Amino acid sequence: MRVGRLEVAANYALLAVFGLAVLGPIAIILITAVSPANFADAQAGWFHPENFATAWVEGRFGQYLAASISVSLTVVVISSVASVLAGYAFGTMRFKASGVLFYVFLAGIMVPSEAIIIPLHYDLRTFGLTDTLWGVALPQIAQSIAFGTYWMRAYFRAAPRELIDAARIDGAGSWRTLWQVLLPLARPAITTMVVLTFMWTWNEFLIPLAMSPTGAYRTAPFGLALFQGQYTEGTALLAAGAVFVALPVVVVYAILQRHFIRGMLEGAVKG
Amino acid sequence: MNRAWLYLAPALVLYAAFLLYPIGRTVQLSLYDWDGSTLATFVGFDNYAAVFADAGLRASFGHAFVLVFFFAVLPTLLGLVAAAVLSRAKVWGLGIARVIIFLPQVIAMVVVAVAWRQIYAPDGYLNRALEAVGLGSLARPWLGDYDFALIAVGLVGTWISTGLVTVLLMSGISRIPQERFEAARLDGAGPVREFTSIIVPAVRAEITVALTLTIIASLKTFDLVYVMTSGGPGTQTTVPSYEVFKLAFEQGAVGAGAAVGVTLTAIIFVIAMIVNRIGDRAEVEQ
Repeated sequence: MRVGRLEVAANYALLAVFGLAVLGPIAIILITAVSPANFADAQAGWFHPENFATAWVEGRFGQYLAASISVSLTVVVISSVASVLAGYAFGTMRFKASGVLFYVFLAGIMVPSEAIIIPLHYDLRTFGLTDTLWGVALPQIAQSIAFGTYWMRAYFRAAPRELIDAARIDGAGSWRTLWQVLLPLARPAITTMVVLTFMWTWNEFLIPLAMSPTGAYRTAPFGLALFQGQYTEGTALLAAGAVFVALPVVVVYAILQRHFIRGMLEGAVKG
Repeated sequence: MNRAWLYLAPALVLYAAFLLYPIGRTVQLSLYDWDGSTLATFVGFDNYAAVFADAGLRASFGHAFVLVFFFAVLPTLLGLVAAAVLSRAKVWGLGIARVIIFLPQVIAMVVVAVAWRQIYAPDGYLNRALEAVGLGSLARPWLGDYDFALIAVGLVGTWISTGLVTVLLMSGISRIPQERFEAARLDGAGPVREFTSIIVPAVRAEITVALTLTIIASLKTFDLVYVMTSGGPGTQTTVPSYEVFKLAFEQGAVGAGAAVGVTLTAIIFVIAMIVNRIGDRAEVEQ
C-alpha cells in the first residue's frame, strides 16, 4: 500500500510512544534494582549490582525460585501429557457424550480461580496437602488441562485424516499412531501449549497464596509479595527481587516469542 | 468399552477432582455459615442476599466494572486506532515492536504491581515528573488518594492490555484483502472512512476475542490490588476477588466468600456469553 511520507513518520512516532510506554516501567524496575539501597550506599556511587546478591540472600529468592521451578515442571509435565491424550480422544475418536464432555472442559477455561480455591484450601488441608508441592500444583494442573485439551483437540482435528487412516492400514493401533505418526508433527502445537502453561503457572499468585497459607511452600511471586511487606523502605532490593521473579519467563519469551503471541491470539484464557 | 475413555481418563480424573468437584463444593459452602473450623450451619441464600445488601461488597463489584473500562474498553479503543495506523504503512522494526508491546502480558502481575508502586509513590516517578514540568501542585500520593487510587490501578490494567489488543487487531487487519482498500481509495475514501467502513467491520471477530480476554482479566483482578493497595485507601480499590480471599481466609466468613466467588463466576460467564453473542450476530450481518 502506498502512503505518504507524513504517515510513515506518524507510524514511527506512534511506535516510539508505544515502545516507551511499555518499556518505561520495566526500565524503572531495572534502574531501581541497581540504585543505592540505603544512605551509606548512596555515598559510594549510583551503581550497585551487589543488590542482586543481597536480595537473593535476604529475600530467600533461591528457595522461592526452586519452589517455582518444581511447581512449574510438575504442572507442565502432568497437564501436557493428560491434555495430549484427551485431545487425541476428542479430536480423532467417536464416543458417547463426546460433544457435551468437550464443552465441560471448554467451560473450565473461563472458571476463575476464585470459584475453586476456597474448598481446595479447606479440603486439601484435611488431607495434609496444603503447604506442599501438590497442594499448589494440582489445582493448576486441572486449570491447565482445560486449556490444553481444547488446544490439542484443535490440533488433532486439523491433522490430515489420510495420515491416521494410512497408519491404521499399516496395522498401527491408536497408541502407535499417536506416538509415531501424529506426535512428531505436533511439536509446534505442543511447544505453544507448554510455554503458555509454564508462563501461567510461574506467574500465578492467588493459588500459591491460598494453598500454602503458612508460607512453607512459597513460589517466586508469593515470595516477592512477602518481601515487599517486610522491607517497606528497601525499594532497591525489592526491585532486584522483582527482576529474579520476572526474568525466567522473559528469557523463555525472548526465545520463543512466536509461540507466546500465537497462543494468546488464538483465544487462550486461563482461569 | 470404547478405547477413547482410556485416553480421556487421566485428564478427566484430574479435571473432575480439582476443578469440577471444587466448583460444586464452593456452591455448597456458599449456602452455609461457616468460620472454617467449627460446625457449619445451613443458611440458604442468606450469603447471596448479603452480597447484594452489603454496601462494601456491592461497591467491590462496582469497582470491578470500573476496572473493565480501564482493562478492556480503553485498550480496545486505543488498540483499534494504533493497529489501524500501524497497518497502513510497512515500516521498519514492526516485528520487534510487536514483541515489545506484547511484553506486559508475560511479566508476572506481582512484578508489574511492584514497578507501578514505584511510579505512584509519594516521592515516585510520576510526582517527580509532574514537578519537573511545573505541575507540582497536581502531585499526590496516588495510591493513597480516595479519588484517584482506583483510576491509578485501572491505568496499570490499560498498560497490561493495550499491547495484547493491538497485536490481536493487527493480525486481523492483515487478513483484509488489499483490493478492498484500493477500491475504497478509488472512491475517494480517506483514512477515517477507511477505518470506520472497512477496518472496524472486518475485525469484529478479533474485537470480540480481545474484549472477552480483557474483560475476564479485569473481573479477576487480584494480584494488582493485593500488592498495590490491599483494597485501600479505606475500601476504595477492593474488588470481588480480593473480597473472596479476605472473607474466606482472613475473616472466617467462608460461606460469604464462597457466595462472592460464585457470583463473580456467574458474572464472568454471562458477560462472556453476551460479548460473544453480539460478536456472532455482527458477523452474520456482514
